[in-house]
Amino acid sequence: MAKYVIKRFLMMILVLFGVLFVVFSINYISPVDPVDVIVGADAAPEIKEMKRQELGLDQPYWAQLGNYIKQVLTGSLGTSWNTKTDVMNDILTRFPTTLKMSIMAIALATAVGIPLGIISAVKQNSLLDYICTFLALIGASMPSFWLGLMLIIGFSLNLGWLPATGVATWQGYILPVIAIGIYPIATITRTTRASMLEVIRQDYIRTARAKGMMEKKIITKHALKNALIPVITIVGMQLGFVLGGVMVIEAVFNISGVGSLLKMAIGAKDNPTITGCVLFSSFAMCTVNLLVDILYAFIDPRIKAQYAKSGKKRGKPAGQGGQLHA
Amino acid sequence: MLKEKLKRKANPAKELDFRSQSQIKDVWMRLRKNKLAMAGLIIVALIVLAALFAGVITPYDFDKQDLRARFTYPCLEHLLGTDNMGRDILTRIIYGARTSLLVSLVAVAIGLIIGGALGATVTFYGGKLEETVMRCLDVLMSIPPLILAVAISASLGVGKFNCAVAIGVSSIPSFARIIRASVLSIKDQEYIEAATACGVSKIKTIFTHVIPNSLAPIMVQGTLKIGDAIMMISSLSFIGLGVQPPTPEWGSMLAFGRDYIREFWPIVTFPGAAIMITLIAFNVLGDGLRDAMDPRLKQ
Repeated sequence: MAKYVIKRFLMMILVLFGVLFVVFSINYISPVDPVDVIVGADAAPEIKEMKRQELGLDQPYWAQLGNYIKQVLTGSLGTSWNTKTDVMNDILTRFPTTLKMSIMAIALATAVGIPLGIISAVKQNSLLDYICTFLALIGASMPSFWLGLMLIIGFSLNLGWLPATGVATWQGYILPVIAIGIYPIATITRTTRASMLEVIRQDYIRTARAKGMMEKKIITKHALKNALIPVITIVGMQLGFVLGGVMVIEAVFNISGVGSLLKMAIGAKDNPTITGCVLFSSFAMCTVNLLVDILYAFIDPRIKAQYAKSGKKRGKPAGQGGQLHA
Repeated sequence: MLKEKLKRKANPAKELDFRSQSQIKDVWMRLRKNKLAMAGLIIVALIVLAALFAGVITPYDFDKQDLRARFTYPCLEHLLGTDNMGRDILTRIIYGARTSLLVSLVAVAIGLIIGGALGATVTFYGGKLEETVMRCLDVLMSIPPLILAVAISASLGVGKFNCAVAIGVSSIPSFARIIRASVLSIKDQEYIEAATACGVSKIKTIFTHVIPNSLAPIMVQGTLKIGDAIMMISSLSFIGLGVQPPTPEWGSMLAFGRDYIREFWPIVTFPGAAIMITLIAFNVLGDGLRDAMDPRLKQ
């Protein structure tokens, strides 16, 4: 088991280096000269050249990349070209807000999505199933930022119940969390429904029914436990997506998070902050995926069995989104 | 009857053509039975037609300002009202459909062609090449898609084409993965072995046998991805990185309307509803196509 965790962790480090390379290269190939943005396109060539040297932009690509990797290995993401502040510090100051909103959105999505999915599957082809499926379809097709605006119109401007901007109070979190959570609610509902439908057709469920077990007990004790395994993967994946997608919601509600920092950095062509934010978002997403994979290995006896005894892998473990039904 | 049979025997290519046609017919017959998918198809067709004939449908220009008619609520003259510059909102939504569909089609085409060709080629060759390329794609997949599109868009600059490139590149890994699964299931089929035995080169086998036979799942994914691309275009435009004004685009209409939501709700309500209806249509059509191509999934 420990081997599995170590292997996944090392893989994550490699992936993060890959992300660093990709994001650094994307910024490097940009046709826009960052010096033009920082000192102005009309600035004297000497000033531009001085700035280029100061930022290390006169060095070749590999030297710049090497310097950046060295910096990251020491735990620094560099200094912002725009505000002259430490990028890591800027991100860490804002990350708790982003993380809090993301976790709350996923908690809401799980609390609403799983029951809706179960009801939909258990009452398949009933009116209730059609309503749940339809709601899930709408949720999956609704842009979160538009829902955010609609919620502001309804609950802030018309009813005056909740604040339209900022997260200074706990009430401020309600509307952004609903707006971010709508897509994960739809996805979790759909996945739970599909997974439950597959499980309740299994032989062991039929056997439980044949033995006269109560339907409620069959669903909660036998079906749900097995059906939730793929749902956990989806929940983990959704948290990763939410961490990325929260950027637009931060713009709608004027919230100071990592997304709004990235948006400001893009406007100022502040490459260290852009690279830092993308790298940090990917790090958060990879960490969530790693935690989900570890959790998976603990709760699914089939994966546990593969790593049991000798600690050697005897078969292919079910990774993210893998088919788990034996 | 006998004559027809003899004719077919004499021309096997024609028989093959007949079979493939009937498979498409089968899919179409199954799709027709799915009322929701058909409704999605009709809505998609209407949106495409509206986008194509925008100039004929609406009497207004998308950027013609009428400052005397600012913030007009829905009425007979302006069915969805007018915006802060007196421009007809319905006209801008219809022209916005043109922008969104065009950009999303280009984005999906970029992802599909590059991701599809890359996925099919490396999977067919297998070995270390496949392992290396798939791990590289894993790297791209570990960046949240919107953040990756934002980073590319910020690097390339704003505009329709750059927006399409940003979204297309961020969808390459998912297309490559889908075609990989499909290629893995057909690479050991007898007709591929036959092609190899006949001396057909690997590259030719990939493009003439492997890719055409793995297109079904990727077509479904393509339909679903158009919806995703529309959502991403509007998100990018909303944060100022996508399509720029005065070109009408649903996301940028929402971004500029945001400042007026206190006074005038139609300015953000209708463009958002347009995005939602379009996405619902593409999603139900995509789901319907998937069920029609593999009826086992529906069970």
